[in-house]
Amino acid sequence: MPEARVIPLDGAASTPRRSRRAERCAALAADGERCRGRAVTDGLCGDHLAEQERAQAAAAAPDWERKLAGAMAFLRRRLTGDYPIDDFGFDPDLTEHVMLAAVRPLYERYFRIEARGLENIPETGGALVVANHSGTIPIDSLMTQLAIYDHHPAKRHLRMLGADLVFRSPLIAPMARKGGATLACNEDAERLMTSGELAGVWPEGFKGIGKPFSERYKLQRFGRGGFVSAALRAGVPIIPCSIVGAEEIYPIVGNVKPLARLLGFPYVPVTPFFPLLGPLGLLPLPSKWIIEFGEPIPTDELGPGAAEDPMLVFNLTDQVREVIQQTLYKLLLARRSVFF
Amino acid sequence: MSRVVLITGVSRYLGGRLASMLSADDSIERLIGVDVVPPRQDVGRTEFVRADIRNPIIAKVIASAKVDTVVHMSVIATPFGAGGRTAMKEINVIGTMQLLAACQKAPSLEKLVVRSTTAVYGSSSRDPALFTEGMEPRSQFRSGYGKDSTEVEGYVRGLGRRRPDVDVTLLRFANFIGPRIDTPLTRYFSLPVVPQVFGFDPRVQFIHEDDGIEVLRRAVVERHRGTFNVAGSGVLLLSQAIRRAGRTSVPVPSPAVSLVGSLFRRAGLVDFSPEQMDLLHFGRGIDTTRLQQDFGYVPAYTTLEAFDDFVAGRELKRYLDPERIAGVEQQVLTRIERRRTVHA
Repeated sequence: MPEARVIPLDGAASTPRRSRRAERCAALAADGERCRGRAVTDGLCGDHLAEQERAQAAAAAPDWERKLAGAMAFLRRRLTGDYPIDDFGFDPDLTEHVMLAAVRPLYERYFRIEARGLENIPETGGALVVANHSGTIPIDSLMTQLAIYDHHPAKRHLRMLGADLVFRSPLIAPMARKGGATLACNEDAERLMTSGELAGVWPEGFKGIGKPFSERYKLQRFGRGGFVSAALRAGVPIIPCSIVGAEEIYPIVGNVKPLARLLGFPYVPVTPFFPLLGPLGLLPLPSKWIIEFGEPIPTDELGPGAAEDPMLVFNLTDQVREVIQQTLYKLLLARRSVFF
Repeated sequence: MSRVVLITGVSRYLGGRLASMLSADDSIERLIGVDVVPPRQDVGRTEFVRADIRNPIIAKVIASAKVDTVVHMSVIATPFGAGGRTAMKEINVIGTMQLLAACQKAPSLEKLVVRSTTAVYGSSSRDPALFTEGMEPRSQFRSGYGKDSTEVEGYVRGLGRRRPDVDVTLLRFANFIGPRIDTPLTRYFSLPVVPQVFGFDPRVQFIHEDDGIEVLRRAVVERHRGTFNVAGSGVLLLSQAIRRAGRTSVPVPSPAVSLVGSLFRRAGLVDFSPEQMDLLHFGRGIDTTRLQQDFGYVPAYTTLEAFDDFVAGRELKRYLDPERIAGVEQQVLTRIERRRTVHA
């Protein structure tokens, strides 16, 4: 423990008063009882005096000082490895202080995202957010995570389920895990949801983000419905989520398939500006986004055996897909323009 | 109940510690330790038999002493102590086959405890976050410890099928760590500058040596049929572990990793096998629910505590000293505050 800082107080009040031996500390201990410590100065024991000084210092310190203190404490935690990690490799300290903070300007200023229907996400307990995927680079998932963290009253973290390419790629793999993502497989999805986490899945996968601009807002096939059976087994509600605006950030007009095969990527996009304008072409177009969370679809009443019924799983998958597609159409009709 | 316990690999660190621990247990009548070299550490009242488990002599030892419990701990993890990969495979696979053949023929046998490893789950980008005992590896083994251990486990299961009266306990241990044990990983974390695969930060999980020994001891004196993952709860990120050890890491690009690995091996610094290289890429986490609920043992050290105990016990010099960092932080804050109060 660092020692208490000594703060010179102004005037006569600060002159330390000699305490008598019998005098007891005036502060209340954590259990509500009067502190048993012997008073040292100002009728307070050493511990409570230090506490009071800290509180006074914090109240008096200007904003930038508090921020600096926070930043230094963060830096110290990183340098000494003193931060918690969950079993999936999620690092809340880094996610909250660095990653989400880094994309927040993008969320608020650049894409001016409007998040709707956040009340459909439960305050606690497991749930599965299912969303459409688009935008060439999966920043729509990051934005959804930030939307929930910033605007949901419980400040929940969305735990994303990603493709194995994510966990194979250098630099991206550790970032994804630290940001709360894990591999999109049944075991992980179930483990997350049964332990009461909010999981997020983009079942279109690469078919969704890599589709040509001409097919924008047309939902692709929803995988094999694995996410539905995982939600059924965990007995958690499915929350359909529709994202409008992400399709326009990098309109894909072509795909360099031979290069993609060579590099082992699912696609190599050609947009009107990339690779024509070089690095400048990497700048996403500033479209206006809307993220709408729909009404939760309950799964607990279907029972745990429901996951073994393929017809039920197919129907539920279709239902989720249909809700998202209809919401997308509704939002598209209502929006005035792509950019405003 | 008379108990005659035979431990293979007794001259190695864990085998020796288990032997000395069981020596203190009066319910065990006789303790026999088998290895190719005599034990260097204290093994209590263990009778040492110099024998190679690849040799049929082991059958005679088991039969003549009427052994009822066999603890198989001589599967080795790295080829270089054994004299090459071929010798390692022979010790691991042929040795186990020979030992199990002897076990099958021994009517006195009641229990078989095998020390296995979580390396049997492999390590790849397609792995689930945590492996449970029922899961299969997602990647193919090329060779090495993981493959040997998978084969060993296969033979052990075979014995379990043919001798249903024998209680088979298969313990899959995570990487051991602690103040005394010497493994490639402890040497890795003791390097002044720790190489890390560029762009990857795997999750690692440890079991404290004391917990590991305790689990082995309970497997011998209690009755636990089945397969159990053994690890401290929680995981650490490799970068976090390096920082907690007060070290700095240097990134090594993926293609150069095996080259760097062999350089370290040549220099006698760290003897890293290819699976451990995979581990440094993708990491691994295991689920220990079955250990805690069915086996009934909660490791005293979490992964983080085990690692901290290793750092403290080795008296590793923490180049990035947490107290100094906290001190600098405090100094800056005090200085700013003083300046503010002076101006005010």
